[in-house]
Amino acid sequence: MRDFSYLRADNIEAARNAAALPGAMLLAGGTTLIDLAKCGVVEPATVIDISHIEGLNAIDVTADRALIGALAKMSHVADHAEVKSLFPAVSEALWQAASAQLRNMATIGGNLMQRTRCPYFRDPANFPACNKREPGSGCSAIGGVTRGHAVLGVSEACIATYPGDLAVALVAFDAEVDLGERRLKVEDFFLAPGATAEQEHDIRPGEVITAIEIPGSAAARRSTYIKVRDRQSYEFAAASAAVGLELEGDGRTVRDIRVALGGVATKPWRARAVEDALKGKALDEATIREASELAMQGAVDHGANHYKIALAPRVIARAILKLGETA
Amino acid sequence: MTVHDVKHAASDSARLEAVGGRLSRVDGPAKITGAARYAVEQQLEGLAHAVLVDSTIAAGKVVSIETQAAKAARGVIAVLTPDTIMKLSVASDWFGNPLAPQRTFCPLARDVTYCGQHIAVVIAETFEQAVSAAALVMADYDQAPALVELGDGTAGEIISIEGMTKEWGNAQAALAEAPVHLSAVYNTQRSAHAAIEPHGLIARWEGDRLTIWEPSQWLDGMARTYAEWFGIPFENVRLVSPYIGGGFGSKALALAHSAVAAAAAKMLGRPVKLMLTRSQNFTSYGGRATTRQTIDLGADKAGRIQSIIHRGVSEVSLEGMWVEAVGSITSIMYDTPNFSSRQDVVRLNTVLPNPKRAPGENPSAFGIECAIDELAHELGLDPLEIRLINYAEQDPHAKKAWSTRQLREAFAVGAEAFGWAKRSPAPRSMRAGHQLIGWGVAAGAYPVQRAHGEAVVKIMFDGSVEVESSSIDMGQGTYTILAQTAAETLGVPVSQVSVKLGDSHFARAGVTGGSRLAGIMTGAVHKAASQALDELIGLALSDPRLPFHGLQANTLAVKDGRIGSPRGDGPELSIAELMSMLGRDRIEAKGDTLPAGTTAEERYKNYTTIAMSIPHTEGDYSRHSWCAHFVEVKVDEDFGTVRVSRVVSALDSGRLYNPKLAESQWKGGIIMGIGEALLEEGIVDRRHGRTVNSNFADYMLPTNADIPDIQTISVGIPDPHSSALGGKGVGELGIVGVAPAIANAVFHATGKRVRDLPITLEKLI
Repeated sequence: MRDFSYLRADNIEAARNAAALPGAMLLAGGTTLIDLAKCGVVEPATVIDISHIEGLNAIDVTADRALIGALAKMSHVADHAEVKSLFPAVSEALWQAASAQLRNMATIGGNLMQRTRCPYFRDPANFPACNKREPGSGCSAIGGVTRGHAVLGVSEACIATYPGDLAVALVAFDAEVDLGERRLKVEDFFLAPGATAEQEHDIRPGEVITAIEIPGSAAARRSTYIKVRDRQSYEFAAASAAVGLELEGDGRTVRDIRVALGGVATKPWRARAVEDALKGKALDEATIREASELAMQGAVDHGANHYKIALAPRVIARAILKLGETA
Repeated sequence: MTVHDVKHAASDSARLEAVGGRLSRVDGPAKITGAARYAVEQQLEGLAHAVLVDSTIAAGKVVSIETQAAKAARGVIAVLTPDTIMKLSVASDWFGNPLAPQRTFCPLARDVTYCGQHIAVVIAETFEQAVSAAALVMADYDQAPALVELGDGTAGEIISIEGMTKEWGNAQAALAEAPVHLSAVYNTQRSAHAAIEPHGLIARWEGDRLTIWEPSQWLDGMARTYAEWFGIPFENVRLVSPYIGGGFGSKALALAHSAVAAAAAKMLGRPVKLMLTRSQNFTSYGGRATTRQTIDLGADKAGRIQSIIHRGVSEVSLEGMWVEAVGSITSIMYDTPNFSSRQDVVRLNTVLPNPKRAPGENPSAFGIECAIDELAHELGLDPLEIRLINYAEQDPHAKKAWSTRQLREAFAVGAEAFGWAKRSPAPRSMRAGHQLIGWGVAAGAYPVQRAHGEAVVKIMFDGSVEVESSSIDMGQGTYTILAQTAAETLGVPVSQVSVKLGDSHFARAGVTGGSRLAGIMTGAVHKAASQALDELIGLALSDPRLPFHGLQANTLAVKDGRIGSPRGDGPELSIAELMSMLGRDRIEAKGDTLPAGTTAEERYKNYTTIAMSIPHTEGDYSRHSWCAHFVEVKVDEDFGTVRVSRVVSALDSGRLYNPKLAESQWKGGIIMGIGEALLEEGIVDRRHGRTVNSNFADYMLPTNADIPDIQTISVGIPDPHSSALGGKGVGELGIVGVAPAIANAVFHATGKRVRDLPITLEKLI
């Protein structure tokens, strides 16, 4: 970790001004920034502490929408009564993320800025080649240890997995991120690597996430997040699915369905092909499993991560079946 | 509170405090409140901070190291490289054999043999300055191809470990003739000790005297190494290690980073603190080696084993030697007329592996205990039944009687507590919703390792008692059981006993490893305390000023800290009163378990090397601890995720000095076994020889959520052939057999046999 200067922003305007400085990085909960600074992945010239800004940690939930301030802690949102009842997948995704200690520190805005756990990205001393860190330097992961790497949204430049849980649920329910001047769909806020792996988020110098907004819906009310991993707790997903379901009055025909995937793609991954295949269909296990396979269209594996192609559709199917059973 | 309650409470407390009582750890409150000061928490004047620079290649040469930028950085005192750090003498190995005495030892490497090897060190006024400057040190390498994978054709030299060959009968011929055959290959992974307390030390020189504060499982052995490195007398080194935050075998030796810190302190004339980072705790010293073993079993149709042929191989570094002896208990688990086991090691570009909890026995059990389960399935026998059919009534290899072997009892008691009789025999025949349920069993063993120790017991003027030993407590409960032993022997409450450990200037002790310490040290403390008591009683009886003088008694007894006639019908004094009347400020006795006539040189060797360890098959008996694990797993039929939902283990560690602490040790071993069975693996990038998951987020240790209720049941009986007070080893035993019990349960749940650890989800979908 190299020396840096520290600025404390007391209001959002000050934060935006400071964030426009070259080499500036925002500090909220610190669970990503400090970790990556210790790894030598980021070397901020200036750290702007936004954690003291008043009013940015509010959680306001109605039937129409959830409005969550950027500085709300993961644990507070996960435990919020209306989030649990109106957006259960959001609460479940948060509860299954990280550890209790991290959830108590990490903020919602910071969570959206979480970086990949690709071990090659995280170890610059030993693996200088990483297009995410150094554009054009190559990808050390391809040909290496790839058990955790992505199978969807990959490119020749980068196969790093988006590691988070919350954003998967947000993408499923068309949440938006508030950047002040701009408002983006969370799905568009995250960028697949393509030829520019270094660009992970559509955020510009001087922009600060202030809130996220999740539209309320019947599908969001009847939703779940299933996360599969070898360890029961404190592990990133081998595959996860955020699913929301709305049925017709007959209790079995799909009116609306939302499916998004985590742990298998370079960004939080909306599986629209699965949604389209099931809308208007009567739910039964065979139909669900067949439709769930569509999520893997275009999947590319690198050997050790091949299992994800088989696993992810099963996670989707389990989530839909679970929601169907609770009718 | 009524009088009755008081009496009841007093007898409760006496029961807890006696040897065999369930006394809670006496060091517990200090650890919980943070009052316990660990070795590297020493605050010293003028302390400088060292941070290591590691090689980023696995094989080759360091051509040059650019240090100018680091030297110019704020707060930097020195940057040392292989060219500038002082050269040391080569220390002898842990048997005390001198190694290349003509050569010198440079603790920073010019010739790189593994990724993460230390090549430079930055010493600065603060830790942060040292970290910052270390990032500015740039090395230029001449890189060579790395050998990183066991048995992939690129591996290095294969060395036969002839001393580990075990053969009797004619295994090949008997295998050929046997009507039932089974042949399988079992692989176990590289795993890390992953102690919460990282390795590190503070080194301080005063003239030619060196003090080292460092977590240590072997103060006397490590002090010897430092003395030999720097060419100073053994007595000039003082090693201090009051508490250890987990060792598991990793903290028994002084390592390269230890030498770097001590050398830097000498060169700079300042005390130096050096802590390995969490990542370096995965790369600077080795964990359990990767192993591969082939087992060929021949049996008759009734399931009686006719022949076992076992071939094992483990990885080792290019320099040094450590054999993960995968055949160590293959030869003793079952009765077989024909047997052959051989062991090789393969040299790779890896750091030297280390002993980790039940080294050898643990992977050894994975092979034989899975193989016999496979044989049971092939023959349609219950896995428990086949183990009883082949029960070894004596050591089949040593051809000696077991000292004690309560394994049959362990099977019976464990099966009963687990409900094994209700097991549905067919694989994939038990389920709950999406969860496939499997029940598995496996046995384990660990040899009784013995050596000698000494202890000092002091009866003080105020009636308090002090016990001193250079042995250590790394969480297993040495402080507690030695307090219990001294208290019981002397007849005083535990609250009057203080135990002092972890200082090499105390009475000496050998390595805390191989589950030997409790057996040795309870014997030594018992002996020292008995001697001190004898002296006290002798003085009390012979002094004409004392009320006991006229009793015509030939002995006295101490109970609850008061001394009087054994029948309790005469005068009585507290120990403090007695000491005061005797005019003594202390009575001190040193006791050891060495045979009479042991020379000073032999004593030194006993404590500072492992050359005087007593074989577990010495004399007429073969001595081992034994266990049987019964495990239930739930495997998700879609996801392949395995969760252990129930463990019942019955264990024979002989007499338990403190059942509460023994159970904690067993459970710790079982938890570590769950980790190695399902989660843990040091993952190496084969192109670079680099460990890529050297942190606690990516190296998967079990969390609380992964650990079910674990029931441990002691089936041991006192074993007079194994230790003075009848105990056998505890700490290593618990892990042995856990991985095969889980693998066998996974097979029962799914019908799929996984022979490669860890059993991660992709192996089951």
